[in-house]
Parts: sequence; structure tokens; C-alpha cells
Amino acid sequence: MEIVQHYLYTKEHEWISIEDGVGIVGITEYAQSALGDITFVELPKVDAEVEQFEQFTALESVKSASDIFSPMSGRITEVNEELSEDPGLINRSCYDKGWIAKIEVSDMDEASNLMTGAEYESYLESLGRGGDPDSDE
Amino acid sequence: MSQSPLFRTPLYDVHLKLGAKMVPFGGWEMPLQYPEGILKEHDANRKGCSVFDCSHMGEFLIEGDAQASGLDGIVTQSIAAQPVGTCRYGMALNPQGGTIDDLIVYRLAPEKWMVVVNASNIGKDAAHFRAHLTSRSKFTDISAATAKIDVQGPLARDVMKAIVPGVERLEHYTFGVFPVLGEDVIVSRTGYTGELGYEIYYPWDKAERIWSAIIADRRVRPTGLGVRDVLRIEVSYPLYGHELSEDISPVEAGLKRFVDLNKEFIGKASLAKSSGEGSGRRIVHFISQNRRAPRQGHRIFSLDGAPVGDVVSGTFSPALGVGIGIGFIKKEFTDSPKEIIFGDEKLKLAAQVVARPFYKDGTLKA
Repeated sequence: MEIVQHYLYTKEHEWISIEDGVGIVGITEYAQSALGDITFVELPKVDAEVEQFEQFTALESVKSASDIFSPMSGRITEVNEELSEDPGLINRSCYDKGWIAKIEVSDMDEASNLMTGAEYESYLESLGRGGDPDSDE
Repeated sequence: MSQSPLFRTPLYDVHLKLGAKMVPFGGWEMPLQYPEGILKEHDANRKGCSVFDCSHMGEFLIEGDAQASGLDGIVTQSIAAQPVGTCRYGMALNPQGGTIDDLIVYRLAPEKWMVVVNASNIGKDAAHFRAHLTSRSKFTDISAATAKIDVQGPLARDVMKAIVPGVERLEHYTFGVFPVLGEDVIVSRTGYTGELGYEIYYPWDKAERIWSAIIADRRVRPTGLGVRDVLRIEVSYPLYGHELSEDISPVEAGLKRFVDLNKEFIGKASLAKSSGEGSGRRIVHFISQNRRAPRQGHRIFSLDGAPVGDVVSGTFSPALGVGIGIGFIKKEFTDSPKEIIFGDEKLKLAAQVVARPFYKDGTLKA
């Protein structure tokens, strides 16, 4: 499962890449693979304030709908408009072209609540041992 | 929580080798999708040729006269006048008119029938048939010995005739016994996707042989239960547990044409009472205004926000490019609504009520 080592991760399988106080947010390879073909992305509103680990948007795949949680608190400065026309971009490029939103991070200390790439890798392994969380319906 | 072990079809290992994502369905461990994904699988079915493993489904053999055996009194469709070599779709009902299962009856000979039922209902159905068939019948559950492989799509005839010579003669909803790779088996021109297609009933322990022969044709793609559900919703076919249940009559589900009220069958009296005006619920088909899809569990609201029903099936439709849904609305909501709202506590979306089916360009009768 592909992981970008210098990104930070949530237990809900979102990633954030922070540079100069602005975080780019998306979902991980694990998440896009579990969801399957993504057919709809609800883009969050620019200028909206979001709280860490609060739902800030939603995705739909052919057969399911999923809430997406913000990895950190802050103000949304930009959303990936391309996803409206081409939600499959997340499937094809979840760590790059399929980013969802940019957040002006309000509290850098919150980063300590997130997993590093290595920690997320171990977390995925622990999920594998405990059973796939997406297959228990 | 402990789970009872899931059954596996004879093609389980084949699915794993193909990289399928396996999920529980009706007590079986089945392929949800293959690595190409549901959208590509949808394309394969609507534009090319797709193959499904449906070996989990049940098959019963019944020998005896249509009426004297009791079979005619169990199913809603007319079978006494059914020609040998044809298939007829219908239901078995409980005395209250609710649906025990939906099923297809094949007339194999004047006094020999095959009944194909849903996987999750095999046990319940077998008990119901045994209880209501008379001593002038012979009932055999051949589910465990019978694999079923569905070849579906506009190219299905071209693919099939190379493997099953003569199969191209089959008309919609008929079947024949054909030699298929050394086995004489039933092949019917039936399916669950709205496309031209065939179902092959094959010996369980030799299923891999026929699957491999089909998949060897490069025009064919393996397709899973995920896309199967999308395809059947697009053409508004019912799925037991959604549009039909012990609590839902075929009349409420809009399937009256598969019920022959000119004969006697279990549940008929209740059905006659509840049909038409008096029916408790009405089925409704609707399309979302965008790509966002209705989902089972969503409620249906009138435009003024009053809850009027529930969504039983919903998906994004790759063919239409929007969300589509099927639900039931209360009879009090009598004026045929043109627009409704669907959603839950967080989400409310407008939808337009449409006539079934959603997708009208299928090659079913090509």
C-alpha cells in the first residue's frame, strides 16, 4: 500500500501535507482502494472554518457514501474544483492530483495528534491483523 | 461476535487469483468487484460482455403434473400452460400475500420443472416447497451440485456461440440443453442486467472449466456483485430483501404482471384484497439532480418536508451519470408526486420521480 513518508495521517485515512502554514488534504491509498470508484465529491466551502477531526466534507463511491474528517483545524483557502467533473482523480492520484482542499492551519501543535508515515504504516498493519474495517457490514 | 462460516462457490479460488474483493452476501463469500473496478465492469456489461459467478443461487427440480404436484399452487405465475423449453418469472407468497421469494420456473418436460431461487432463501424456500408439494410430486434440491454462470452483454451471443454451438437460436426467456465442453447442460437466455445474456447451469465440480473457457475470450470481463446490483437497479429489477420481502407483496412492488389472478395460489386471497387502490404502499423510482446517490436507509420526504417513505435501493448510475433510487411511499401520499426529497438527518436532496426502467437502451431482446 503506497504511503508518502513525509505526510501526516489520521486514523480515518486522511493525509495532510503542511508547508508554510498551509496544509493540503486528501485521502490515502488505503481509503480510495476501500471505497472503489469515487463518483461524487462534496467540495467544502472556501473560507469555512474547520476543526481537527470534525467532518468537513463527504465522498461517494458507486455503492457507498463516506464522511471525510479534517486532519487539522483552520480555514479552507482553496478546494480542488477538478473533482466536481472528475471525482475519479482521487482513485488515480490520491496523494497528488486528487487532493481535496487546502487549509490555513490555525494550530501547528495539533500535528502531534497525527501519525507520521511510518506510524500510519504500522497502523495499517495492525488493521490488517485485526481484520479489514471496511468488510464488516 | 462469532460469525457462522460463509459458503464458497467452486470458483472461489479463481476469484482470488483474479484479485477480486470478496464480501459476504446471503451467507456466501462472493466477489464484490475485480481490480478494474465497478465503472469498468459496468462498461463491460453495457458495451461488451461480462461474466458473473452466480453459483450461490439455488435450483430445485420438481417432477409431477403442474396442478397435481402442487407446484402451480405455490407460484404466482401461470405454469400449467407454459410451453416446454421456456422460463417464467414469478414469486412464491406467504398466506398474507408477502413474498417468500422471487423465482424463475423452467419447464424441462411436460412433468419436469426447475425452479431457480435466491441464495439467501434456499433453506426457507425448500421447506416451503416440501410443505406444499403433494405426494404426487418429487422434489430435489440440486443447489449444491449446480454452478450457475451468467454471460451478459451485447456481445454475449457472439461469445457464447463459439463455446455452445446452437445457442444463438435461443429466444428471450427460453432455454435448451446443449453439450458444453462435454457436459449436457441447461443454458437459458435469461439474466439480471437488462442486456442480451445467458445463464449456464453447470456441474459444480467442473465449473472452473466453463468459467475458464468463457474468460479466455478477450472480449469478456469478470464482473462482481457490486456492478450486478447497479445494473439491476438501472433496469428496475427487484432484489429480494429490498423491493420484495415477506412483508411486501408483488402488487406493492409494481410486479402485478407476474401474478396470474386467474388461478389459485397461496396468498392470492390476501393479494386480491390488497391490490390496486387498497395497497399499503406504492413503489417509486426517482433520479437525483446530480451525481449524489440515494442509499438504502435514506428516507423519502414530500416537498414540504413530511416523511412519506423509505429508500430501499440506490446507487450512482454510470449509464445516466446521476444518482438513482427506488423506494416505497405511504398510500396516504396519494397524488402521484413528480418531485420528492430523499436523504437523512444531515443530507436532503431533491429528486424527480420517473417511470421505470431508468435505463432503456439495454440489448435484452436483441
